[in-house]
Amino acid sequence: MAQPDTESSWKLPQTRVDPLLWGLVPLLAGLALVAVGSPSTWLTLTVAGLAMGMMLFMIASGLTLVFGLMDVLNFGHGVFIATGAFIATTVLGPTGFGAPGGWLLAPQWHLQIAAVMVAILVAMAATGILGLVFERLFVRPVYGQHLKQILITMGGMIVIEELIKSIWGTQQIPLPLPEALRGAFIFGDAAIERFRLLAVLIGLIVLAVLMVILGRTKIGLLVRAGVEDREMVESLGYPVRRLFIGVFVAGSALAGLGGVLWGMYQQTITPQIGAQVNVLIFIVIIIGGLGSIMGSFVAALLVGLMGNYTGFLAPKLALFSNIALMVAILIWRPEGLRPVTKIR
Amino acid sequence: MIRYLLSNDLPRSRVLSILLIALVITLALAPLLFPGAKALAVAAKILVFVLLVASYDLLLGYTGIVSFAHTMFFGIGAYSVAIACSRLGPSWTSIGIGLVGSIAASLALALLIGLFSLRVRAIFFAMLTLAVASAFQTLASQLSEWTGGEDGLSFRTPEVLSAAAQWRDTPLQGLGFTVSADGRLLAYWGLFVIVCVAFLLLLRIVNSPFGRVLQAIRENPFRAEAIGYQTVIYRTLSVVISALFATLAGALMALWLRYNGPDTSLSFELMLDVLLVVVIGGMGTMYGAWIGSALFLLAQNYLQALMQSLVKPLADGVAMIGGTGPLADVLRWAVGLMGPDRWLLWLGVLFVLSVYHFPEGVVGRLRRF
Repeated sequence: MAQPDTESSWKLPQTRVDPLLWGLVPLLAGLALVAVGSPSTWLTLTVAGLAMGMMLFMIASGLTLVFGLMDVLNFGHGVFIATGAFIATTVLGPTGFGAPGGWLLAPQWHLQIAAVMVAILVAMAATGILGLVFERLFVRPVYGQHLKQILITMGGMIVIEELIKSIWGTQQIPLPLPEALRGAFIFGDAAIERFRLLAVLIGLIVLAVLMVILGRTKIGLLVRAGVEDREMVESLGYPVRRLFIGVFVAGSALAGLGGVLWGMYQQTITPQIGAQVNVLIFIVIIIGGLGSIMGSFVAALLVGLMGNYTGFLAPKLALFSNIALMVAILIWRPEGLRPVTKIR
Repeated sequence: MIRYLLSNDLPRSRVLSILLIALVITLALAPLLFPGAKALAVAAKILVFVLLVASYDLLLGYTGIVSFAHTMFFGIGAYSVAIACSRLGPSWTSIGIGLVGSIAASLALALLIGLFSLRVRAIFFAMLTLAVASAFQTLASQLSEWTGGEDGLSFRTPEVLSAAAQWRDTPLQGLGFTVSADGRLLAYWGLFVIVCVAFLLLLRIVNSPFGRVLQAIRENPFRAEAIGYQTVIYRTLSVVISALFATLAGALMALWLRYNGPDTSLSFELMLDVLLVVVIGGMGTMYGAWIGSALFLLAQNYLQALMQSLVKPLADGVAMIGGTGPLADVLRWAVGLMGPDRWLLWLGVLFVLSVYHFPEGVVGRLRRF
């Protein structure tokens, strides 16, 4: 009888490096440098675009995995973004850390950062729990039925968005940055906002953590295997469904994290924030190839950069430019940059 | 004769037939039965919605494609007529130019979206349409020189359709009604006739061999492909046809209102309304458009006021008790949930519940009795 594999004997399959894929981001940035002309403006725009891309990636990663693993298309993903951002306004608002004498207004920078970190953790916990409820109420009953999935998750988004409005009001409310994160570093002529650097940093950490979990742990192995062939993993006796709930909750929490950062980036938030970002997220996961983490990472960077470059060069075309980008990539690779799931 | 007109697709339920006949007759005689601006406005909106919803049903109910860009085509129709009439003056020629322009624009856009997304993966379509529709919405508000931005466009229609044009010296009189025989009446009946004809046309389309293929694709795209039907072509055609009817509905709406703005024809909420009406009326049953639209618009226009009046005493009571603390806050929040401002919340709940428990809609339910 064969011995069960021990931890040390696993050989995890290496992912293939696709130079063409990674070349896209520098290519876009290079083209933009020519178009923009001034290197300092270009640097500012690029950092802003990367920051935006990182936030989009955090939000999109959960959605793309959920689709890949369980063939569930969640149109309500945007609601976690809004929830995260609104919870952050409460945690950092006048009744939270923003109160006179609170951490947010303390002169020490580490207290301010700590306040932001607490807000992020609270928001992630809340959106994680919301994800659990959402999965139960709106996703589980309609497994395997795409049409109903789209309709129900959309309906779920409306319901939760209305609940947000009833709690926080319909007006836009400010989500102020702490003193320590305001302002910019000056490199020569280029100004790089501190917050954007923080967003890039957090994005890289999230990417690294995801890569380690997905690439170096057993759970990650099961998730990746499940994305490629769910039935096979199930027939080997692994509870794919429970795995899926875990991915859904983690994805929701990541969307909450992205929402907090997105709100701080915009500095004001409205209840419609989720639906607005949703559009960008869909573009990202289509470009990236449904189910692929690396694909959605590259796609998110492309979309973020594209949005910022065209926002500077031709503001009216900003949203159309992303659609054009998507169309161009779909012509080149009809299944997205790195398709993982089988065609269904 | 009736069987021929309805393309051999009868309501197949006695209750449903009676309801439909009553509804159509009521709508036809609405200006005589319910004089007053609001009632007529609601009746006209029901008619426009019937066409819009029926065209969406072709897509969602018969082909099984979810599109979030249906109001975009509706908006193209409305904006084209509005722009043509406000730029070229109120004449039939400018309406014609607006219509032709909008149909060309919708045709091109629908073809493009359909071919791109459906060729790749049918499931992309929902996401892609969401993106395109929101981009179009932004575009419409940015081109404010042409579209009037958030304020929209008010324009005049040809003289014949205005309230000042009398086509009879004496007002229409009958059993207890007196209605001035003006152009608005003519406009309403024109709207009624066009909607009925377009609806019968849609009914004919879904009951043609082409419509059968669409239903086959909805049930099992793989099998339809295997039998030899090019699903991409059929799906794209379905998108195009439904877009054209939506464009027509938009043009009619703008002509009736003599105004068009982003909230009346492009907003995402309108898209949700359409989705809800299709689901409530019954997906894949053209007749659901009539029942659903009537139910929904009556509720929207009269139930909201009722909600307001019901909640008012409750809210006053809570305000009287007053007090602070979490309990009072929760109470106030709960009362606020029931107010007319949160109308969309209950719409969403209704939507989710009807997709779960009531997927065949009113028409489907009636047919089972």
